[in-house]
Amino acid sequence: MARFLIKRIFSAVLTLLAVSVLTFLMFFALPRDPVTGMCPKNCNPERLERVRQELGLSDPLITQYAGYMKGIFTGRDLGSAQGGQCDAPCLGWSYVNNEAVLDTIARVLPVTLSIVIPAAILWLLLGVGLGMVSALRRGTWLDRAAIGFSLTGASLQLYFVGAVLLLVLVYNLRLLPVPSYTSIFDDPVKWASGLVLAWLALAFLFSAIYARLSRAQMLETLSEDFVRTARAKGLPKPQVYGRHALRAAITPVVTIAGLDVGAALGGTVITETTFGIQGLGRTAVEAVRAGDLPTIMATVLIAAVFVVVANVLVDLLYAAIDPRVRLG
Amino acid sequence: MGVPPYLQVRDLRVRFETEDGVVRAVDGVSFAVERGRTLGIVGESGSGKSVTSLAILGLHNARRTTISGEILVAGRDVVGLPEEEVRRLRGRDMAMVFQDPLSALHPYYTVGRQIAEAYRIHHPKAGRREARQRAVDMLGRVGIPQPAKRADQYPHEFSGGMRQRAMIAMALVNDPELLIADEPTTALDVTVQAQILDLLEDLQAEFNSAIILITHDLGVVSQVADEVLVMYGGRAVEHGSAAQVLRRPQHPYTWGLLSSVPSLHGDADADLIPITGSPPSLINLPSGCAFHPRCRYADRNGDRSRTEVPELRPASEPGHLVACHLPAQERARIYTEEIAHVGVAR
Repeated sequence: MARFLIKRIFSAVLTLLAVSVLTFLMFFALPRDPVTGMCPKNCNPERLERVRQELGLSDPLITQYAGYMKGIFTGRDLGSAQGGQCDAPCLGWSYVNNEAVLDTIARVLPVTLSIVIPAAILWLLLGVGLGMVSALRRGTWLDRAAIGFSLTGASLQLYFVGAVLLLVLVYNLRLLPVPSYTSIFDDPVKWASGLVLAWLALAFLFSAIYARLSRAQMLETLSEDFVRTARAKGLPKPQVYGRHALRAAITPVVTIAGLDVGAALGGTVITETTFGIQGLGRTAVEAVRAGDLPTIMATVLIAAVFVVVANVLVDLLYAAIDPRVRLG
Repeated sequence: MGVPPYLQVRDLRVRFETEDGVVRAVDGVSFAVERGRTLGIVGESGSGKSVTSLAILGLHNARRTTISGEILVAGRDVVGLPEEEVRRLRGRDMAMVFQDPLSALHPYYTVGRQIAEAYRIHHPKAGRREARQRAVDMLGRVGIPQPAKRADQYPHEFSGGMRQRAMIAMALVNDPELLIADEPTTALDVTVQAQILDLLEDLQAEFNSAIILITHDLGVVSQVADEVLVMYGGRAVEHGSAAQVLRRPQHPYTWGLLSSVPSLHGDADADLIPITGSPPSLINLPSGCAFHPRCRYADRNGDRSRTEVPELRPASEPGHLVACHLPAQERARIYTEEIAHVGVAR
């Protein structure tokens, strides 16, 4: 088990390194000069050249990359124009936002976490529950209703669902305030009421997919020989379904859930945009639009960290659920 | 006649509703098994032998299956009994061993835990430790070395033969009076097959249980069965003691089964006679005798085989039943002249 874990973590670190190199290269391969985007008004050639010097953009790529990585692990001095000494983990200085990138991230990351984590809990409970119930009640009106629900959810888009929810719950019925972010530590009630629409919209779309997936998995598992064995032993239905069928059916759902949550934590661009909440996703899109290299690097790296960590966690969970994986 | 047989099946009919039509998987089958005795049910896939065993345990999906007839377990009819009451019988009074132990055991739980679970469900007062001890004992009794260590392993860490032993240990953990073994050796090597059959016989001597052994392999049947029921297309075509059915078979289908199995003692050049064609569709069974399209002797009695379903009737010896339109003397003649020297029929 320990060897398995070490191997997985080692390959995760390699993946992250590769992502950082690729992002770096991709950005410099863009046809646009990063400096023009970073220089505010009154740009003349000297000023542009100065910015270029400060950013180290005239250095060879490899030096720049080394400097960036050094900043993350040990911190570095960015020069007076960029806020001076930048402690580890230093993600650089954004000319566009005029602040250290780490400060931007520290502001927007909790927003995305606040959207994704409760939504994920909701969609997993709802989706898996619905899928299981409809598999066990196959062919009944309940099953048909669940299939209808998941077809609807799977064919709708978030900006549409979000807009309808906004229109009905906020503007017509006035049941909820206009979506906004408040820290959970300042006011938990306001935190929840400001984000509940985003949770509902995300949960609706994702739970539809999970309902379908877990229904299919459960149906497949119910036809397995070991489920028949469990019944032949004389186990009552709740134990046959819960202990024997569910555990086998849930495994692929866990895998996909881990990857989905990991990807969502990297930024829920459409959700954030639909509800006008500034999270990691919107920050990343705005950074790309402004050609804000340090912010782009940071958001991409953080998204990659989430995906990679989610992958490792999924592997560990899988090994915990399925003893056959542990040997491999 | 003293005690009635532990299991009595009378005129059992099992039907499934499917989109393509009604499948008559079992169509009027009767038999009985006493404690300490073994009934072999033989037939090709789709002959209704597994469906019969699942019906006895009440494992069919109630919504899509219609079962009629009587299944008397210790004198009590389980057909139409509420699911909860059948459940209490399952695993305690009647247990089942399945064909492929790898897929029949749960891959995520240790073997010991699965056996202990089967014990605890019918012994609610038994503690965790007692159930585990019972599981380890059972593993030892079915001949698994180091049972305490093996109990903590998963099915994938067992070999095929050991897995089937574990499966048998699980089925016998509550001392059931009826054990149904559905193709218990089909997924195993030939050498392991013999061990498993020996084990079943030993355990039967020890527990005095009634055993139904379902198989398509006549070699297996000849080793352990006291009585044999041959099924074709959901019906019984021949029924009698093992000696009668295997040594003096009366039905052309049984002849086909016997003469298509090579014999170790036979001369290698003796031709085997395979049964031509394939098993019939249970939705659209051939008219008359269901076996007639594949029977080499069907045209010997005019149109009767095509038009009239043969009844299961006493053959020449008492207790030997056969469902065939051929006259008894004709059958005896064909058997001695054409069949008796081929394959295991020798």
